[in-house]
Amino acid sequence: MSHDVYELSGIRCRGLLESGQASATELVQVYLDRMRGVDKQVGAYLLSNEEAALQQAAEIDAKPPEERRPWEGVPIAVKDIMATKGVETTCASRILSGYRPPYDATAIRKLKEAGLIILGKLNMDEFAMGSSTENSAYQPTRNPWDLERVPGGSSGGSAAAVAAAETPWALGTDTGGSIRQPASLCGVVGLKPTYGAVSRYGLIAFASSLDQIGPLTRTVSDAAALLGIVEGRDPLDSTSTGLREPIRLPTERDLAGRRFGVIKEFLGEAIDSGVREVFNDACKTIEALGGVVEEVSLPSVERGIAAYYIIAPAEASSNLARFDGVRYGYRSGEGEDLLSMYTHTRSEGFGPEVKRRIMIGTYVLSAGYYEAYYGQAQRTRTLIVQDFNRVFADYDYLISPTSPSVAFKLGERTADPLAMYLSDLCTIPVNLAGLPAISLPAGFSQGLPVGLHLISPHFGEQALLDAAHALEQKFLLEARPNLTEVTE
Amino acid sequence: MSNGHGSYGEYEAVIGLEIHLQLKTNTKMFCSCAVTFGEEPNTRVCPICLGHPGSLPVTNGRAVEYATRIALALDCGIAPHTIFHRKNYFYPDLPKAYQISQYDLPLGVGGHLDVEQEDGSTNRVGITRVHMEEDAGKLVHAGGATGRIHGADYSLVDFNRGGTPLVEIVTEPDIRSSEQARSFLNQLKNLIEHLGVSDVNMEEGSLRCDANVSVRRPGEPLGTKTELKNMNSFRFLARGLEAEIERQLSDLGAGEKVRQATVHFDPSTGSISVLRSKEEAHDYRYFPEPDLVPIVLDEAFIEKQRAELPELPAARKERLMAQYALSAYDAGVLAGNRSLGDYFERVAAEGDAKLAANWVMGDFSAYLNAQGFTVDESRVAPEDLAELLRLIADGTLSGKLAKDVFATMAESGQKPGHVVEERGLGQISDEGALEAIVAGIVDANPSAVAEYRSGNKKVMGFFVGQVMKETKGRANPQLANSLIRRALEA
Ligand SMILES: [Zn+2]
Repeated sequence: MSHDVYELSGIRCRGLLESGQASATELVQVYLDRMRGVDKQVGAYLLSNEEAALQQAAEIDAKPPEERRPWEGVPIAVKDIMATKGVETTCASRILSGYRPPYDATAIRKLKEAGLIILGKLNMDEFAMGSSTENSAYQPTRNPWDLERVPGGSSGGSAAAVAAAETPWALGTDTGGSIRQPASLCGVVGLKPTYGAVSRYGLIAFASSLDQIGPLTRTVSDAAALLGIVEGRDPLDSTSTGLREPIRLPTERDLAGRRFGVIKEFLGEAIDSGVREVFNDACKTIEALGGVVEEVSLPSVERGIAAYYIIAPAEASSNLARFDGVRYGYRSGEGEDLLSMYTHTRSEGFGPEVKRRIMIGTYVLSAGYYEAYYGQAQRTRTLIVQDFNRVFADYDYLISPTSPSVAFKLGERTADPLAMYLSDLCTIPVNLAGLPAISLPAGFSQGLPVGLHLISPHFGEQALLDAAHALEQKFLLEARPNLTEVTE
Repeated sequence: MSNGHGSYGEYEAVIGLEIHLQLKTNTKMFCSCAVTFGEEPNTRVCPICLGHPGSLPVTNGRAVEYATRIALALDCGIAPHTIFHRKNYFYPDLPKAYQISQYDLPLGVGGHLDVEQEDGSTNRVGITRVHMEEDAGKLVHAGGATGRIHGADYSLVDFNRGGTPLVEIVTEPDIRSSEQARSFLNQLKNLIEHLGVSDVNMEEGSLRCDANVSVRRPGEPLGTKTELKNMNSFRFLARGLEAEIERQLSDLGAGEKVRQATVHFDPSTGSISVLRSKEEAHDYRYFPEPDLVPIVLDEAFIEKQRAELPELPAARKERLMAQYALSAYDAGVLAGNRSLGDYFERVAAEGDAKLAANWVMGDFSAYLNAQGFTVDESRVAPEDLAELLRLIADGTLSGKLAKDVFATMAESGQKPGHVVEERGLGQISDEGALEAIVAGIVDANPSAVAEYRSGNKKVMGFFVGQVMKETKGRANPQLANSLIRRALEA
């Protein structure tokens, strides 16, 4: 069997299985071969689940077709931040090396119940802290469009794996842009659902009030389908709500009468000119499809990054305190007593960016500083929510570039954390407000993908996917990364 | 020297208590593991209460109900909107390295408990707050002499207890002596027992008490306080407080200042050790728990919990006085101990309430004390005691014989009817049988009969004595009297 892997989406895989044109084993093999061919260059996978995936595929193939569930046999890969029972789950951190969770995250359980086959675990910035996947303790991931460049982050492994066709689709997580920014830099679709749409149970927490699981896919329809599989209220996550209505595959082809607000504050000098050009063209496309595009102002979002870099580290400093070497994961051999065992374990187990954020978070929660930092950041967060609510009274969508720049070179921003933090300028306020947003490939600058960022009101996923679908049909991007498969 | 009753020379003690209660829910505070005591270590655990990465807490609704009932029973105001906070600190018994607790928005605030003192006066102790949290696991330090972590060869941790629902009750510093502290705790324990939401057993750790202690001259501002830990019985509570008050007084007497500290009472030596200075204490970095949604307790919920409140001790005392015509003292004793009160009411339901009260507070309580039993551990079921009292009332047993029968019941667990029958103890109240005995004695003593009939009524005593001798004391005295009189006057 020969397939053009770039043509394979999740939905297409399902179609091939349903029509009998491919077996589950063949599909899994396609991706295992592809991994073997390109992952030495890309570095998207931390772990290949080859044996279990082939076994599951064989079991599915042995079933009569009428007994199979709709998605049964379709391959998928997941960011290594979701607990997978019995399979090493590290968050790309040394401190979780060797950790095999005793349970499945709810999103993983839903994938398994739907019959999807997990190909492997994908690389990321350690504990999802970063915007380039360079903070992985194990390996960098490279952008399939230019191997000298980063894939973005923190779900860089997920975005690169989809872009390099090492999986039809993937799950990532988004705390401040960690799905959308790498999706933009790798030229794939990335959807961050409304906070609470997908259960966080089993998602190893970075910042609990911001984290959300979502799809990275080749097409908008795939994003809708995968969201449909994993969303839902979960009794194990008190903050989960699920969507209000089941998601349907988008079919819209025009945007007649839809109102789009261009967020003025996201188009400042931080935006590269090439990105700005693609964005302006996208606005023209929206108008060509019947949409109305107007500039809007949300003054509070300019303080989004500042608020985020207090709230997220504060929660992280507490969430990551449990990694103490006592019960699981890495434990230092050094240390005479309890305190020095903790200290050595954590000093050796965490990377520099994680330590930086734990220290920031510990500081801002300290007695005497709490009000000035954490309290103030929470008030800013409330203002951002109010600003979004205000403009959503007049607009169906808010739009901006997803990332201020195209993919940057490896090492280019590692020495300058503030420059790195700016990568998430346009995405962070969305997490602070708990809104759904999507990044959609909209064009190229310097031969590198540029994403369009669309935001909608809470639980507006269907409208978001409908609009993204209409635009996707119009953009019709045909370019593919130029990757040469290496044969051994 | 002090006497436990609040006399410390020119000084007075100022005591506030922090009480932790384990709630008697089926499952833990934030997961569905069973709440148990004494199971094999680490068998009642799951990814949530072990703090595995990615796991999330879900609040136990029953625990919120129980905590609300406690707060209502202490006359607290209930927060319409309450949230959990994380209290961050590292310790191996705390798997998430934070305890989910409550901070500035506790469930209940501003209550009180009126504590009756031995002298009949009432001491109102303010309740600052009532809040919910989760228990930590249990550490066992092996090797080393002290059983403490310092000097131990290794430590084991059992997470069965980890995540058990706790309610913390913090009092105002309204307590002035160890004796007041003890009676406060006793009456709080009784209140909770009436609510039925906790086992409130200090030895098993379902009731724990820490104290904030300071001393001052009356009228002066509060002195520097220390936090006294590890008082795991009512006796140690009183002894620990006395020891700490004395330690502070002797510091002051030596011209030194009391230093803020956490102190530890060692029951084996009766001494206080200073654990750590408060200045070095943790900064717990409290912040709102983002994994849990706020709890909204609307009027309907609060009223439902209020309606679920059983009769509380103060009301019970009033009712016992009215319903059973008990004295205030008797009603106070019986309402002051939930199970003793329950026991009494079951006994009294079937007979003479006054007699029941005398027996429950007398022989029955003496028996429990002698055996070191709780009411539940008693071998005498309330139905059996009620049966015994019936045997007294219907004349089968004299009061004196009844005490013997009770002793046998308490020892063997046998029913009173069985004991009476086996030992042939029943009074002879059979008129025919007694009549025959009386007739025999009258026939055998013609001179005494003549004496009686000539007007010497005192001879009556001789005949009664003869009947008792003949029946080994089992003749019903009233019946014997009337039968003798009838025979002599015939
Ligand atoms: Zn559990």
